[in-house]
Amino acid sequence: MSNPSDLKYTRTHEWVRLENGVATVGMTDYAQGELGDITYLELPDPGTSVSATEPFGVVESVKAASDIYAPVNGEVVETNDAAVGSPDVINSSPYEGAWLIKVKLDGDGGGELMSADEYAKYLEEVAH
Amino acid sequence: MTDENLVRTPLYERHQQLGAKLIPFAGYEMPVQYTGIIAEHNAVRQQAGLFDLGHMGQVDVSGPQALDYLQRITTNDVSQLVPGQAHYSMLPNPEGGVIDDILIYRRPGGDGYMVVINASNHARDVAWMKQQEAALGLNAGVRDISDETGMIAIQGPNAVAITKTLTTDPIESIPYYAWDKATVAGVPVMIARTGYTGEDGFEIYPPIDEATTVWDALMAAGADKGLQPIGLGARDTLRLEARMPLYGQELSDTISPIEAGLGWAVKLDKGDFIGRDRIAAVKAQGPRRKAVGFRTVGRSGAPRTHYPVGVNGSPVGEVTSGAFSPTLGENIGLALIAAESAGVGKPLQVEIRGKWIDAEQIKMPFYKRPGA
Repeated sequence: MSNPSDLKYTRTHEWVRLENGVATVGMTDYAQGELGDITYLELPDPGTSVSATEPFGVVESVKAASDIYAPVNGEVVETNDAAVGSPDVINSSPYEGAWLIKVKLDGDGGGELMSADEYAKYLEEVAH
Repeated sequence: MTDENLVRTPLYERHQQLGAKLIPFAGYEMPVQYTGIIAEHNAVRQQAGLFDLGHMGQVDVSGPQALDYLQRITTNDVSQLVPGQAHYSMLPNPEGGVIDDILIYRRPGGDGYMVVINASNHARDVAWMKQQEAALGLNAGVRDISDETGMIAIQGPNAVAITKTLTTDPIESIPYYAWDKATVAGVPVMIARTGYTGEDGFEIYPPIDEATTVWDALMAAGADKGLQPIGLGARDTLRLEARMPLYGQELSDTISPIEAGLGWAVKLDKGDFIGRDRIAAVKAQGPRRKAVGFRTVGRSGAPRTHYPVGVNGSPVGEVTSGAFSPTLGENIGLALIAAESAGVGKPLQVEIRGKWIDAEQIKMPFYKRPGA
């Protein structure tokens, strides 16, 4: 699966869609593939502040638990309850059904984000 | 990402062709999953799965004093094995802990034994077994035959029928925990009615050079019977549901077989053996710790090895194995806890990422196959 070109990416394999001062955040296809079957998802309540590069949630596969990192600074305004209820949607639809949180940006949101092309190059480095 | 120092089994290329994710495990490069752990787990429970167990070790013990020797270095009563029979046992240490858990197969002709050992303990088991052979002054003929012995398991409700299409030998008549010679796919093998999944099936020992022949034939024969290749990930969840111990988690140098709930594989009345007095003392006084099974209550992450276990916020032990159970659809685990806190129905809490999660002690095994 190619990484959508209209999204931004982090080195910790989250994706971000920036629209009107709100960031929609999910995990990349590469991340779900590395984790394997996802069985559990824990997200912060709306109103929680998140900081770029700090963990905001936890995802578990059969084999392991992993933190999910915030790509930007801001406040959580919405979470994907359907994904919490059926976390395997992260495996089946990482870029559509499995958005995780929406964050109202603090200022420009900060964070060090990559374009899809930059992320593709980064993945090549990670794989070697 | 490959590590030059890792050993590959003869089936390595098959795993690559099947798209397996390969990981380092006990010095081997082994498949952890092919399609996904849950799908593979369910394939074994509902149809059949094929496992490359080329990392496991085999030791031949067929010298004239093999029986006396095995009686001294293992916990179970080897004199009870009739030709062709197998049992679960342990290599105890002098302190009453466990060096490894093993299977002992008596050869069908009665002439000697094969001991199957864990990959993670291979070198130290063989060194220990040879050292004890010398120390006891017994001619047991201890010989590591891992380099010449392949090991493939086929497990699941369709396993016997699939294997049966590749042989004219009456393999379906081999009892549970027994083995025999057979010709499978034209290859002379030893075939055992044993496994590590809680399902019916076989563990097959072909000559190592012919492991791929047996693997390919089974894959082809099982194609229309739901046979899937299974990685180490599902092997772990399958054995956990069946409450089969994993060395390094449920068992260690400092855990007594009595604490681990494996007293049934320790025969204190068979005569002297290494660690016997220490194990007998634990049994006589009652173990201070006990292995228990539990499920978490409500939604939470999975319990995992070494997570703390408590009662009313006071620590009583730790998780030895835990996972989301694909068959039960809930989180299950094994824990080694203070004996006074152990008991089916008694409450426990598991600390998951700093929060105490409620759990309930339940009967084991967590899964038993229909009709078993």
